[in-house]
Amino acid sequence: MTRSTEAVLDVRNLSKTFGGLRAVDKVSFTVAKGELLALIGPNGAGKTTCFNMLMGQLKRTSGEVLFEGRDIANLPTRAIWRKGIGRTFQITATYPSMTVIENVQMALMSYHRRIYSLLPFATRLYRKEAMALLELVGMPEQADRHCAILAYGDLKRLELAIALSHDPALLLMDEPTAGMAPTERIKLMQLTADIVREKNISVLFTEHDMDVVFTHAHRVMVLNRGELIANGSVTDVRNDPKVQEVYLGGGTLFAEEAAGEHA
Amino acid sequence: MELIFAQVLTGLANASTLFLVASGLSLIFGVTRIVNFAHGSFYMLGAFIGYSLMQFLPGMFGFWLSVLLAGLAVGLIGVIVEICVLRPVYKAPELFQLVATFGVILVIQDLALLTWGAEDLLGPRAPGLKGVVRILGEPIPQYDLAMIAITPMILLSLWYLITKTRVGVLVRAATQDREMVGALGVNQAWLFTGVFFLGSAMAGLGGAIQLPKGGADLLMDFNILAAIFVVVVIGGMGSLPGAYIAAVLISVLNVFGVAYLPESTLVLMFVVMAVVLMIRPYGLLGREEFAGEHGQVGEPERPIKPAGPQLRMFVAAMLVLLALVPVFGSNFHVVLTTDIIIFCLFAASLHFMLGLGGLVSFGHAAFFGGGAYVAALLVKFADTPMELALLLAPVGAGLAAFIIGWICMRLTGVYFAMLTLAFAQLLWSLVFQWGEVTGGDDGMVDIWPSPWLSDNTSYYYLTLIIGVGGILFLRHAAHSPFGYALRAARDSVKQAEATGIHTKQVQWLAFAFAGAMAGIAGGLFVFSKGSIFPTELEIGRSFDALIVVFLGGVKTLSGAVVGGASLEFIKDQLTRFEYWRLTLGVVIILVVILAPEGIVGTARKVSERFGWIRKSEDLQ
Ligand SMILES: Nc1ncnc2c1ncn2[C@@H]1O[C@H](COP(=O)(O)OP(=O)(O)O)[C@@H](O)[C@H]1O
Ligand SMILES: [Mg+2]
Repeated sequence: MTRSTEAVLDVRNLSKTFGGLRAVDKVSFTVAKGELLALIGPNGAGKTTCFNMLMGQLKRTSGEVLFEGRDIANLPTRAIWRKGIGRTFQITATYPSMTVIENVQMALMSYHRRIYSLLPFATRLYRKEAMALLELVGMPEQADRHCAILAYGDLKRLELAIALSHDPALLLMDEPTAGMAPTERIKLMQLTADIVREKNISVLFTEHDMDVVFTHAHRVMVLNRGELIANGSVTDVRNDPKVQEVYLGGGTLFAEEAAGEHA
Repeated sequence: MELIFAQVLTGLANASTLFLVASGLSLIFGVTRIVNFAHGSFYMLGAFIGYSLMQFLPGMFGFWLSVLLAGLAVGLIGVIVEICVLRPVYKAPELFQLVATFGVILVIQDLALLTWGAEDLLGPRAPGLKGVVRILGEPIPQYDLAMIAITPMILLSLWYLITKTRVGVLVRAATQDREMVGALGVNQAWLFTGVFFLGSAMAGLGGAIQLPKGGADLLMDFNILAAIFVVVVIGGMGSLPGAYIAAVLISVLNVFGVAYLPESTLVLMFVVMAVVLMIRPYGLLGREEFAGEHGQVGEPERPIKPAGPQLRMFVAAMLVLLALVPVFGSNFHVVLTTDIIIFCLFAASLHFMLGLGGLVSFGHAAFFGGGAYVAALLVKFADTPMELALLLAPVGAGLAAFIIGWICMRLTGVYFAMLTLAFAQLLWSLVFQWGEVTGGDDGMVDIWPSPWLSDNTSYYYLTLIIGVGGILFLRHAAHSPFGYALRAARDSVKQAEATGIHTKQVQWLAFAFAGAMAGIAGGLFVFSKGSIFPTELEIGRSFDALIVVFLGGVKTLSGAVVGGASLEFIKDQLTRFEYWRLTLGVVIILVVILAPEGIVGTARKVSERFGWIRKSEDLQ
């Protein structure tokens, strides 16, 4: 693994309160270059809220978010995107009135600052680049299909292609495999791992499927009720009694998962 | 001091009618999410029916019984409208229903004309309340005092009904969360009908109760429409106390306006509304509203493609046909086609922002009329040649749209629509009341084209080139990156913002662009008629364009043009008959019910079903 120790993202004491609820509570972590980092935790732990703050879709209550050394927490989402962070959504967000490839072309037009031009035909712009991205996520044959009728798993892959269109240094993926069949999940995460290696980008992802997490993540963080309760290698986290308690009330699912993985 | 007190009382009395009618509208909107443009017509019917009843029912008892019966009768008419016209289209795109309610307005106008004639009816004085009372030395009509007393009682009973009864719980639940009603095991259809009854009855009551003050006439429907929308929006959609406060605010301000600043009366209401919405975007007592994706409900829109060879051939053939109109047609045909082309350009400009951007504007006429007035004023006061005036019309309209758009962009959905309506009305009242410059109601005349275009045929060719050019340019813009960004902002703000698209800015510029294109249409219009009147800025003109876009098909690129041409043509045919509004209204309602995807959308569906054109993958 060719991971350097240089941090792409440095999050310090990030917090968010909704009324009285501490959805994210003084969370600190870093993401290294080329790292595939998992953020896990039960439903409502604050993972999506965290992502929304990182991407500027939600204003932080306090804390700092340094991307490549600069605080980005006060920038609007689109400026954060331009600095080189991309994201996918837990509930997919695409443009249903367009074709698959046009969805990707839209992001490319935005990246090349062409969205205010009135003269060219949009469908002819950056088609090659868009096709390359669709090939990367393995759906070139679907390029000209209507986005509204895609299967859910394909929508997730399309979102990935869109998120990669500006060559981000950091990718945030919120439950990228939710709603997919098990074999599809493995394929998508394998794909993500390949992209991380090839492009040397960093990925922070949330995930419920422990198989996926333990097979692919370089490092795992556990969030519970807004607090980061563990942060370390797959083995460390798996054996952490605090984590076991949160996840299973001290049960044995991790062991089973682990057993299944080795089988 | 005494005078001020008396004026406040007059304002309060005027607020009664406004509140009664507006609260009905607010209820209907809150529960059914229908923007019921026909509400003003229900108010008018209340006045007429009340008037007729009072001819038969004498005395004080008869008077108040007539008021009540008028409310009841109008409530029943509301039920008929709901069941026959609206029920079939609840599933259609959210704002599609407003086209249906517009059809209802036309039908009711002619039915009222048929029944009560064209004469204004002087309302009877209320028996027992004919005198005046002196309060602090000022004469106050007794009837005013009665209305001031009655209104809070009605507000209280409504409030009791909504907050304390089971029906009220359902109504509130439906206002806040439509899915919940189904979960409560209530038949939603009958809840809607019930609310429609109540809301329409309030309008009828309002119409009858104001008889001693205002009488009954055929213009009442449109005259009150803007005011009640303003009241509902200022108060907050669905909030009854809000509607009362707003009605009082508007009425009292209006009384003072009339007394101290007569030029301001028409403008005042809209200024107040604009200010309130800028400070409290959801009205005084309204709650934040997550705007539905207006015009986008139902099947997702199909992807668009640049025109293929077949379509290009067809357009070319149409152009040749149009070019031949002066050769083979009469002067009448030339004038009619000129009108149609101009109207189609106007509608296409609205379609650009409405169809592609999901931005439903109720005030697009501001930029059509605005462009026309810019050109007319330039000719009148600066002796500008026609060619330059035509060029500056879109600049002026675009600039106005740029400024108005900047303010309106803070809101979404129905509130956005209302704010555009407010600004359009503002512009209209400015033109209407600033007589020295704009000619006011008398309009501006003698605005003719340059000599080389003075005959209808040459002007027709100019219109053909600019108008069709504009329409084709709008179509091309839909295929440009800007058009795509606009659709992206409509389809998913979340994704668009997360990929660097400044959605509000894109929408704002689209608003300005659409305004400028409407300005071109306005410029062409003024020189084709040689004159311009404030009617071109009216709500009715904005609605024309809206209706056309929905009739043609929001989700199709050619919808506006096909709808525009059809409507203008049908109108031309129908206006030869005496009761053309009735017929047109029925036609509109039928199209809405039978072809909810609009003419083009439905034609496409039918062709696909019969295999005339290739099915899209969606239908397989
Ligand atoms: N906009 C919001 N307003 C109020 N509470 C919210 C909001 N968004 C999330 N929450 C709350 O914050 C907590 C964390 O939610 P979320 O980040 O979505 O969790 P996760 O993604 O880990 O499942 C939950 O209790 C949720 O109810
Ligand atoms: Mg989540």
